[in-house]
Amino acid sequence: MAKSPDQEHPRKAFGWAARDKSGLLSPFHFSRRENGDEDVTIKILFCGVCHSDLHTAKNEWGFTNYPVVPGHEMVGTVMKVGSHVKKFKVGERVGVGVIVGSCKKCESCQQDLENYCPQTIFTYNSYYTDGTKTYGGYSDMIVVDERYVLRFPDNLPSEGGAPLLCAGITVYSPMKYYGMTEPGKHLGVAGLGGLGHVAVKMGKAFGLKVTVISSSPKKEAEAIERLGADSFLVTSEPAKMKAALGTMDFIIDTVSAVHPLFPLLGLLKLNGKLVTVGLPDKPLELPIFPLVLGRKLVGGSDIGGMKETQEMLDFCAKHGITADVEVIRMDYITTAMERLAKSDVRYRFVIDVANSLPQ
Amino acid sequence: MAISPENEHPVKAFGWAARDSSGHLSPFKFSRRATGEKDVNFKILYCGICHSDLHSAKNEWGITSYPIVPGHEIVGVVTEVGSKVTKFKVGDKVGVGCLVGSCHSCANCKDDLENYCPKMILTYGAKYYDGTTTYGGYSDIMVSDEYFVIKIPDNLPLDGGAPLLCAGITVYSPLKYYGLDKTGMHLGVVGLGGLGHMAVKFAKAMGLKVTVISTSPNKKKEAMEHLGADGFLISRNTEEIQSAMGTMDGIIDTVSAVHALLPLIGLLKTNGKLVIVGAPEKPHELPAMPLLMGRKIVGGSCIGGIKETQEMIDFAAKHNIVADIEVIPMDYVNTAMERLLKADVKYRFVIDIANSLKPF
Repeated sequence: MAKSPDQEHPRKAFGWAARDKSGLLSPFHFSRRENGDEDVTIKILFCGVCHSDLHTAKNEWGFTNYPVVPGHEMVGTVMKVGSHVKKFKVGERVGVGVIVGSCKKCESCQQDLENYCPQTIFTYNSYYTDGTKTYGGYSDMIVVDERYVLRFPDNLPSEGGAPLLCAGITVYSPMKYYGMTEPGKHLGVAGLGGLGHVAVKMGKAFGLKVTVISSSPKKEAEAIERLGADSFLVTSEPAKMKAALGTMDFIIDTVSAVHPLFPLLGLLKLNGKLVTVGLPDKPLELPIFPLVLGRKLVGGSDIGGMKETQEMLDFCAKHGITADVEVIRMDYITTAMERLAKSDVRYRFVIDVANSLPQ
Repeated sequence: MAISPENEHPVKAFGWAARDSSGHLSPFKFSRRATGEKDVNFKILYCGICHSDLHSAKNEWGITSYPIVPGHEIVGVVTEVGSKVTKFKVGDKVGVGCLVGSCHSCANCKDDLENYCPKMILTYGAKYYDGTTTYGGYSDIMVSDEYFVIKIPDNLPLDGGAPLLCAGITVYSPLKYYGLDKTGMHLGVVGLGGLGHMAVKFAKAMGLKVTVISTSPNKKKEAMEHLGADGFLISRNTEEIQSAMGTMDGIIDTVSAVHALLPLIGLLKTNGKLVIVGAPEKPHELPAMPLLMGRKIVGGSCIGGIKETQEMIDFAAKHNIVADIEVIPMDYVNTAMERLLKADVKYRFVIDIANSLKPF
């Protein structure tokens, strides 16, 4: 008979979990493994609320195994290191993102692309190498193999830095891979939420001209005056969309709802690239003529490997890039999820775990 | 009042045209312009039948103005050159493909990408610089600006070489652009028709491993024994497709009907590229998650620029690559179109213009 979550492992742990597809979170006692030779034990200070947490809590992708403790944007302090651990010491500030394991042997792992390993182990709702379920960062502590722990640069604040561990790498990786780092080129960012606002900041840091593409005009002042975007395009304004046809070298599409690709493809120049990082639950409609007549492409990207995630954190520290956050207490999470579903947040909730999750 | 096609230009010409959306072709008298100072005039010997000719003849893309003389895989022998022509002389073997004009001043033209020029002029069914309609290669003579004329090397047979001018460049260009041209890579080719069989031949010449993906089991023997494909998958055989998941660096998709992209995306390795060169009128369905989870792309490509078309012809001549064709007389063209619709041809019809196009 399967052990209960709080008896599965030797170290007591406490967090908030969703137990069914209502997605409602509530206090949950569970346990973490003993700190192995290659492990780092981390006291969690902050954890970002990613839209994936909401999708998973409500089983919108259809593969949730309840109970699930979400959270894959966590920052904390090292409490213990295993005997083989070289990169970290007790007291250091570290981060854990979307992945806590991979096979370490395949071609992807060997190329520092653990995110494309066929046996990636996700920080929550996955099964670890010992067969037990993984629980995420809406909790007091976590034990992670050092390979999947990130060093947090000194000048990167914890609250604003935590969302970089998923939102940040999710846009940074395709910007590098698809060549969106050449100064002077024109980047469109579709959707201005957790991912989109970080993409704007990174785009500006890469020296790009950045246009935000949104379905609603109300974010325009914010995008231009506060985030530094060069312009703002509302998809429902035909004259402006027409004037912008064929002007962009790339578009990062962060929108997670199903939406038409045709207008976005039209905004691209010849050889333009539309990279989708949002995860709608139904397929998108792909018109072929724009791809063929303009040699354009639609590509995907999925977070990033550990090496690149560290590179991204260092890049953000250097350029002063953090997420815009609303810090909340753990018991606000239900309201936060409701607001997140309506995109009512600028632009990421971050749970102050250390100060609001009773031990 | 509009001038009739016969009287529009000073040089009499003769061909076969479609006059309405039945797509039925019949003899048609028209005229070509006098050979301008930069023009090359050639006697057409052969013209390939491209599926686009059929789409256009039947107005399936909704942009056809009748009457239309199709044909954009045209080869022949030069009979006259204008005073400023430097690259060709009388007697040269030449070809013209899908383009006969472009603006020459935009960024794309300057990058030798006339095929992406917003003002490109198609070989048939388009408006030339002088406002007159362009007529294609199902005809006796052709006049083209030298810029858009391709030199056919002596050792390349004209009949088997004609389809290279559209089918050939349509697959060659994306193999190069998307980096699917390196020895040892594994390429999938979806659809074994005019484009598909050319993709197999080019990819083999570039040293790739090639797997054909098709709905027709009866093409397997041909694909492997005759075209040199290394593997063959039946797209409806889920076991076969499963066993090949994650094995291909790229796929060239030549199928013009709407079809499922999901299994094709699954066949790609991480960072794999699905390149679409077939052009269905309706959109495909694109599942986003598989694209993300392997950092894969779906891209398009449209013929090629003139410089690259010449490069492709020279590559084909060097590697003895020609299309597999069925040569037909002009008056067989309507039957050929019916058979083409059913993909009943290995793999391109080529009209023997010189020996069968007779003025009435």
